[in-house]
Amino acid sequence: MNIVVCVKQVPDTATERKLSSKDNTLDRDAADGVINELCEYAVEEALKIKEAHGGEVTVLTMGPAKATDTIRKALAMGADKAVHLVDDALHGSDALGTSHALAQTLKKIGFDLVILGSESTDARTGVLAAMLAERLGTPQLTLARKVDIDGSAISIERVTDYGYDKVTATLPAVVSVVEKINEPRYPSFKGIMAAKKKPVQTFGVADAEIDTAQVGLASSWSEVTEFAVAPPRAAGTIVKDEGDGGAKAAEFLASKKFI
Amino acid sequence: MSALNPEDFLDVDRDLSGEERAIRDTVRAYGDAELLPHVADWFEAGTIPDPRGLARSMGKLGVFGMHLTGYGCAGAGAVGYGVACRELEAVDSGLRSFVSVQGSLAMTAIHRYGTDAQKQEWLPRMVTGEALGCFGLTEPDSGSDPGSMRTRARRDGDDWVLDGTKMWITNGSVADVAIVWARTDEGIRGFLVPASAPGFSANVIHKKISLRASITSELVLDGVRLPKEALLPGAEGLKAPLSCLSEARYGIVWGAAGAARACLLSAIDYAKSRVQFDRPIAGFQLTQRKIADMLVDVNHAMLTALSIGRLKDAGNAHHAHVSFGKLANVRAAQRVAATARSILGANGITLEYPVMRHMVNLETVATYEGTEEVHALTLGRAVTGLDAFR
Repeated sequence: MNIVVCVKQVPDTATERKLSSKDNTLDRDAADGVINELCEYAVEEALKIKEAHGGEVTVLTMGPAKATDTIRKALAMGADKAVHLVDDALHGSDALGTSHALAQTLKKIGFDLVILGSESTDARTGVLAAMLAERLGTPQLTLARKVDIDGSAISIERVTDYGYDKVTATLPAVVSVVEKINEPRYPSFKGIMAAKKKPVQTFGVADAEIDTAQVGLASSWSEVTEFAVAPPRAAGTIVKDEGDGGAKAAEFLASKKFI
Repeated sequence: MSALNPEDFLDVDRDLSGEERAIRDTVRAYGDAELLPHVADWFEAGTIPDPRGLARSMGKLGVFGMHLTGYGCAGAGAVGYGVACRELEAVDSGLRSFVSVQGSLAMTAIHRYGTDAQKQEWLPRMVTGEALGCFGLTEPDSGSDPGSMRTRARRDGDDWVLDGTKMWITNGSVADVAIVWARTDEGIRGFLVPASAPGFSANVIHKKISLRASITSELVLDGVRLPKEALLPGAEGLKAPLSCLSEARYGIVWGAAGAARACLLSAIDYAKSRVQFDRPIAGFQLTQRKIADMLVDVNHAMLTALSIGRLKDAGNAHHAHVSFGKLANVRAAQRVAATARSILGANGITLEYPVMRHMVNLETVATYEGTEEVHALTLGRAVTGLDAFR
């Protein structure tokens, strides 16, 4: 089975994250880049599926040159090879642009199964899996907490507010996973040492036949027009109970239109 | 003013390669998730409750013999191994010792001095943590002067028969194989002693008040009969065990920097939140002096470790370089731990905070694998050419 895991490098959530004052996009140089946490679960699931069913795991990432660190991490965990989609023309792409670029690349490299984390900690749109499936014309099985594969049949447990849905489809398909799905392995030191010898193929927009009119900041359908630091929280109101605490609390809630 | 990063103030780690960084991040994540939540309890209990489980999980990571090549070893190099030791000892010196004994002492002895058959039998299982090894050199009456050892191995036909006692042996009672050094008619030789050999026993040493998250034993060899294949053919004379010790000592150079760093971070964190006389104690000049001294010690130790590591990877490290690192870094770590403990006041003596645990652990680290005095003599000899050992 040919499994492709899409991984994303995001700014370390433990460090201060900034938007660039130039074009209001994420300043990827300002913070250390780390693999998006949910992507580690996606890699783990891909490796588990490979271990159970055989095949090959390819890491696909779109991002600047420094995203190679994230590729190495996924390779150190045990993925076999990687494709790095890197091109200045892709800078500032929104989810629609990103999904076009990744879909074109996926068509080029081929796949039976595409696995993604359900969202990234930077943009947090959570829509990429759905968009990819649509563009690739494959079933989408999103928010999976469990994946089962039997021949060409794939079924997942999709997390919902009330429990889970059982969703089944036929491969090829796109799956997104939530953190309940597994416990990502630590890369072994042998894996770390082997990662630098694994093939990493670099694609630009031309290699993947990406329509440059659909990607990049200028082509984005959404735009960040302004940003500001969240104001510090104001001090809370203390309601002192002098026999009328209940009434005062109710008044406060009514003033905020909660009741 | 925003604070600079006390953890790596001089950005020493900028010099690490991608692989070395990945090793650092992996051990740190593993330590934070799998070791740190338990280590205070292990320390209080005075043992590692599941040494086999710990060995398997560390084996999965690949820490055992990670600087060696072949037989499933990672071949990560000296700096990679050092960074792993630093991050492990930032959790606890006992856990770094667990790894040092397996990888640097037992596995290195077999890797360097063993036959192909011995390597094939033990190394692949020791890499994964399925088999544990220990290293028996020190005796009750033979520490800094290992040449005075009394353990004897005598030939009996094709066999060897070993008699003697080894002391302060990390992992002794949980090991599957002991590397035992013994006096023979042809000088000091090394033997692979399976724990199942009749006449071999290991007794756990209790009542330790340092390195409590570690299993320490006495080994008793009472007429242990071994086939001739148990001899490590490549190891002749005291140089062999001493070269293994130099490997383990190298890990301590890095480890001590990790323990010191953990104490510094704990002290800064505490000093910023502890309010006395209406302000955080971190804002008092006397505390800031302590913090500055600790910061210098920690960063010096990290630089020293990296310098020696790069020498080692280039094949240019003399054992006196390692002595330099052990002397300097353990002493620095002891200063940092004691200073940190003074900042934490009464809280500093509890296991809620790591500093006193590190402080008492470092008492062991200061004397094992060569005391400060022995390393001072090694350095004196290295630069004067005059031997002051006897």
